[in-house]
Amino acid sequence: MSTVPLPRPRPIEATEPFWSALRSHRVVLQRCGACATWIHYPRRRCTACTSEDLRWEEVSGHGVVSTFTVARQPTHPAFADEVPQLLAVVELDVGVRVTTTLTGVDPADVHIGMAVVPSFDDGDDGVTLLRFTPA
Amino acid sequence: MLRRVGLRGEAAIVGIAEYAPQRRYSGPRRFMLEQWADLAALALADAGLRPADVDGLVCANVRESEQFVPSTIAEYLGWKVNFAERVDLGGATPVGMVWRAAAAIELGLCDVVVCAAPGRPTPSLPPDQPRMWSPFGASSNVMGSPQAEFDIPFGNVAQNVGYAMIANRYAHEYGYDPRATAKIAADQRTNANAHPDAVFRDVPITIDDVLASKMVADPLHVLEIVMPCAGGAAVVVASKDVVRRTRKRPVYITGFGEHLAHKTPTYTEDVLHTPIGPAAEQAFSMARMKRSEVDCVQLYDCYTITVLLSIEDSGFCGKGEGMRFVAEHDLTYRGDFPVNTHGGQLGFGQPGLAGGFTQVTEAVRQVRGEAGDRQVPDCEVSYVSGTGGIMSEQTALIVQGG
Ligand SMILES: [Zn+2]
Repeated sequence: MSTVPLPRPRPIEATEPFWSALRSHRVVLQRCGACATWIHYPRRRCTACTSEDLRWEEVSGHGVVSTFTVARQPTHPAFADEVPQLLAVVELDVGVRVTTTLTGVDPADVHIGMAVVPSFDDGDDGVTLLRFTPA
Repeated sequence: MLRRVGLRGEAAIVGIAEYAPQRRYSGPRRFMLEQWADLAALALADAGLRPADVDGLVCANVRESEQFVPSTIAEYLGWKVNFAERVDLGGATPVGMVWRAAAAIELGLCDVVVCAAPGRPTPSLPPDQPRMWSPFGASSNVMGSPQAEFDIPFGNVAQNVGYAMIANRYAHEYGYDPRATAKIAADQRTNANAHPDAVFRDVPITIDDVLASKMVADPLHVLEIVMPCAGGAAVVVASKDVVRRTRKRPVYITGFGEHLAHKTPTYTEDVLHTPIGPAAEQAFSMARMKRSEVDCVQLYDCYTITVLLSIEDSGFCGKGEGMRFVAEHDLTYRGDFPVNTHGGQLGFGQPGLAGGFTQVTEAVRQVRGEAGDRQVPDCEVSYVSGTGGIMSEQTALIVQGG
């Protein structure tokens, strides 16, 4: 067992709606009310037009594997129990990309372009991580 | 109207100093300010200049001071400067330092600028002293940092997995030849074997050795990944007026570029069009030089995939042609496209932040004709790249003999 505590997200005011939706197993993302750009991670202003009118919209959370790797050595001592770590970048169907890990799949079966759906990982600390599993 | 961007090519590297890299450092531990003073003295001696000549400095971090680093260094070394910069571009820092020094000189702010990055172990400190480095490497786990909230909790930490995911994406879009990326490590090792100071000077490797080495993060083998070592370097950049009273062949800085747009590759638009593209384009157009006029290239090589993408995006071959280019060219100092003639950081060593300086100092040695057994014949022009983070920030430099 790894004795190093896992680093956990600490939501801030601007990002809280994202985390709070994950707790109820929904995915919400920011979309700019002025220029319709989807934004992830959550911010205070639109990266395309600087508008502060960012609205939360629920999305399916479906996406495809944009890239991945299988870490054979832990990336940090805290993740020693998770090796091999199946790290990935998933592109959601609205176009934003998220850092994640894949679950419920053999590393040998993962491929870029593979369709995935959310797998909500509820932590004891009240934070739910958005992992993905094959659709 | 076309805007004229850049340098006139009137500032030159006139002095260098470099601690020989060491896997297991055996010498005395020195504070970073002490190393700074030592490296600066050695580089000024190489140039034949005196401390009183220095009127500019470019630094990165020093362990002893979280802030006010330039004034601390100026005071410690007894310098009075008109130009002081602290550069924070990870592995792209050394190249970023050198072009800033050249630009400040051409603006007329100063005549002699010292850039340095110590990289030897420092004395151990009592437990009440602040830690300099985040336990999450180049990622910040401070609350409010996007990395702390959206990347680190998934284990997306440090560099290996980021570069591995870039390599896999490359494989998906353009195909992947493991023998070609392994050849980068093997050819560079041949270069390291010809450098008396390289950490791997005595250990040749073949493509098959690389492919048989341990897989760290697919598709990256351990022999395709740099290992840290002790070292450090300093460079003196001087104006045309000062060049006349220096000792060695001046190495003029005629072009540079810098580009960055992301910290974590997840959030970049296209991870395969790396920042060195626009940086190199600017450097070559500033120097009014063609790629074919370059005699050797010194490419930041934290990983073999970094070198491959830097060859492509710097414009030495077409997009997606890098694997074939590497397979078809001899990248050694004897070859038709010499890359990292000192062995690169993969073969020479990566002394922390000074790792990127190994590419700068090698370019200078090649242009000076001081590269010994690994000298590229008639080397007049070298192209140097720097890379920080996970292809996060990249810098390009063109240097030419005077
Ligand atoms: Zn907008």
